[in-house]
Amino acid sequence: MSDNLTETVLDLIAGTKRVPRENLEIDTTFEQLEIDSLDALNLVYAIEDHFNIAVPDSTIRSIKSVRDLTEHLRQILAASGTAQNSAS
Amino acid sequence: MIKIPQRRIVVTGIGIISPLGHNLAEHWSALKEGRSGIARITTVETAALRFHHGAEVHGFQPEKHFPDGQIDFLDRFAQFALVAARQAVADSGLSFSGQAAERTAVITGCSGGGQSTEDAVFVALYAKNANRVHPLSIPRVMASAAASHISMELGILGPTYNVSTACSSANHAIGQAFWLLRNNQADVALAGGTEAPFSFGMLKAWEALRVVSPDTCRPFSKGRQGIVLGEGAAILVLEEKERAVQRGARIYGEVTGFGMSSDARHLTAPGIEGPARAMKAALQDAGFHPEQIDYINAHGTGTAGNDPAETMAIRQVFGPHAEKLAISSTKSMHGHALGAAGALEAVATLMAMNEGIIPPTMNFLESDPECDLDVVPNQARKASLEYTLSNSFAFGGLNAVIAFQSGDKARSCMPW
Repeated sequence: MSDNLTETVLDLIAGTKRVPRENLEIDTTFEQLEIDSLDALNLVYAIEDHFNIAVPDSTIRSIKSVRDLTEHLRQILAASGTAQNSAS
Repeated sequence: MIKIPQRRIVVTGIGIISPLGHNLAEHWSALKEGRSGIARITTVETAALRFHHGAEVHGFQPEKHFPDGQIDFLDRFAQFALVAARQAVADSGLSFSGQAAERTAVITGCSGGGQSTEDAVFVALYAKNANRVHPLSIPRVMASAAASHISMELGILGPTYNVSTACSSANHAIGQAFWLLRNNQADVALAGGTEAPFSFGMLKAWEALRVVSPDTCRPFSKGRQGIVLGEGAAILVLEEKERAVQRGARIYGEVTGFGMSSDARHLTAPGIEGPARAMKAALQDAGFHPEQIDYINAHGTGTAGNDPAETMAIRQVFGPHAEKLAISSTKSMHGHALGAAGALEAVATLMAMNEGIIPPTMNFLESDPECDLDVVPNQARKASLEYTLSNSFAFGGLNAVIAFQSGDKARSCMPW
């Protein structure tokens, strides 16, 4: 199942990693995408910028897939009071 | 085949200002007693940062070291370098006049240059909407400024330059100086490193890289969370051995080898093959067998990635002898001083050989199976050290390793 948040995350991954959007889905792993530590930093930077949130260092170290990332993001957005579907 | 004798190079002076003290005695006391200079950052407001700890040089009053007119020309990193260079030269008993001035070199390692000056320029322009900045901003910021100031103040006329290779800068500088003297291009060199990275902009940039620990630096330990930034300067006086012996100089130790390599792989991720090749090159340059090495002052940053990679690189070079090596990371006490790191660590290595005391890896909580070598956790250890290495591995895969042997060994060996 996909929602606006997942779609936005997939768009941001496609943009920062410069991969075709249609190659991405929620269960794609970072390993499959060959996302290394620097790519992950770039991606989280784009996400922080887009949602105007701060993602803790510990979160970055633990996320290994699009699903991990989306779930962490959902929690951060809920805690910060930002509506999940506010992403444009 | 006739072997042409190589000139041998010894260390006859040490100057240092670090988070552990403003001179060699204070710095070394802290290292052997396991006292850490890591504390809450005071020179920069950290409320908007995710980390609040650093290893700063506390109590440094530039006006006690420099007249008003000179301070205007000196960023903090150049001030540190000048203070360390003065101490090193005084310690060596050398002066530079006539031919000696032309046969003396100054090679510094500095990565970032005048960060606090640069930050002030940006604050003036972008935050305060100023239309002009300090006229000496450029000569204060340039990373080579420390080398220039040392040469100007001491009247040194030989090869003078700065090496900027991120966290390997000082090791590259010391290694280049060693080779310069060994190749008879100079007789004396002031070599080391200096760095003063504490500015708000620089700390924000480190925060973004997500490698800075939120508490302290725990190299090779389970629970390590990253580097802690440090600052300071250390300058060594390197001198051709016969010259040093003839004038009765104190010999701290001998620089015997230098090895370099590049990972050619990744901008930030640590490698294994590259560091291993640099250690092998240093051993080969020194004419050491791996089994001779007693101690390695590790790069040991305390990041998730570096410490296991360095452990594997050491195992690759030393094989079964890796189990017998004592290894420690003094970054656990003086922090990661970036371009000055190798210089602070060369001092630690030389003093360890001189006093027969291995400075510990502090803040160690628990063994990590991925870093399973003897890292001398939490407590200094007495040991007779004759042959040692000091590792520096930089972002961008630039590796530089220096090999030393003890002063006793340097004095007792026959000159070929």
